[in-house]
Amino acid sequence: MIRVVLPAHLRTLARVGGEVQLTVADPVTVATVLDALEECYPMLRGTIRDHGAGRRRAFIRFYACEQDFSNDPPDTALPGPVVSGTEPFLVVGAMAGG
Amino acid sequence: MAKVRVLVGTRKGAFILTSDGKREKWEVSGPHFGGWEIYHMNGSPADPARLYVSQSTGWFGQIIQRSDDGGATWAPMGNEFAYDGHSGDHVWFDGTPRPWEFKRVWHLEPSYTDPDTVYAGIEDAALFRSTDGAKSWQEMPGLRTGTAADTWGPGAGGLCLHTIRVDPRDNGRVYAAISAAGVFRSDDHGQTWRPANRGLRSAQLPDEDVEVGHCVHRIAFHPSRPDVLYMQKHWHVMRSDDGAGSWHKISGNLPTDFGFVIDVHAHEPETVFVVPIKSDSEHYPPDGRLAVYRSRTGGGEWEALTNGLPQQDCYVNVLRDAMCVDSLDECGVYFGTTGGQVYASADAGGSWAPIVRDLPAVLSVEVQTLP
Repeated sequence: MIRVVLPAHLRTLARVGGEVQLTVADPVTVATVLDALEECYPMLRGTIRDHGAGRRRAFIRFYACEQDFSNDPPDTALPGPVVSGTEPFLVVGAMAGG
Repeated sequence: MAKVRVLVGTRKGAFILTSDGKREKWEVSGPHFGGWEIYHMNGSPADPARLYVSQSTGWFGQIIQRSDDGGATWAPMGNEFAYDGHSGDHVWFDGTPRPWEFKRVWHLEPSYTDPDTVYAGIEDAALFRSTDGAKSWQEMPGLRTGTAADTWGPGAGGLCLHTIRVDPRDNGRVYAAISAAGVFRSDDHGQTWRPANRGLRSAQLPDEDVEVGHCVHRIAFHPSRPDVLYMQKHWHVMRSDDGAGSWHKISGNLPTDFGFVIDVHAHEPETVFVVPIKSDSEHYPPDGRLAVYRSRTGGGEWEALTNGLPQQDCYVNVLRDAMCVDSLDECGVYFGTTGGQVYASADAGGSWAPIVRDLPAVLSVEVQTLP
């Protein structure tokens, strides 16, 4: 199972209390994890990446295993510990605003 | 006894304020969607239990929420606002072409007759409609394709479609107002549109009475007389007696005719309310004294209504969607400020009292009159 940690506002929107666990077929990439996330929680569509083009929203970041995947191509493979469920994939709201 | 439900959108969440017909004691519910900007929350005239909310942040974009039980519970609905076909360009601040890009929903206008039909005014300016209770949205592209929209440019607040008024006679007439383009009118249920700005003059434009380019802040009409429209423009309070065919100035003795809100008494079509703001660069009341001005003559002659409003050191603004009236026998008037106060008057502006004082900055105020 892939573990995903969402920012508080998106947990509230998706009505989940903690981590989300997803089944993701190989290859496990940023794009396939987000596809699975939006399939399970359709209310999150458009909140992490744009409708249509699928671009990451400007103030969203993707981290895993102390690495920043935010600006990597969406088909970038995620590290083994994320695939095995040892480490979570983090969706983070960037530090901004007031 | 009848009740009122005031729907307040703020910079950091939505609040629902309820009272009986006396409008003296209030219950406050919220924040709903805490931390999110609530540009607008509005109820269906056809089913008052049906509420629609525009919820957004810079982080997570646009959400549309719907309630079918008067705000007790909510469900997120469709949030994809895809422009129809090739969206084209509009004019950016530096005069260069800029692709149309969805940013947020400014205004939600439910149908008079069908709870599932609701219009949305968005930034960058376009009109969308849902006929399935906000599950999906379709652009009404005639507003942009037939009106030289490639010449439109944003005001300081963005290129936003902020006001939608549907003629209650069900004759197909719809008005939309855009900053900074002006008023547009459709006579075929929103299929085709034409500019409706004759008579407007804006000193900020090189051609002061150009057909398109005016910064209209708000338009209003009385449901019994929808051919008479009132407008608060960037500067100037205006009136049309022919369905926006032409406009004339009714600023009269106002201390300043800059402002954002304008609304009409529920039972007196010639009674109009505005909140004068000092200037386009000083968005607060003149002399730090907050006042609603009322005209009982359809404009031109105005009286200050200050009883209960702060008369010193008040430097708040009242934004364009933040005034409304209820339809009880004694017309209630409501407005919200950027200082977080929501003021109510149960006697058509004769006296005022705050319902709440310390909300986040208020973006919008609507009221439902309930049996």
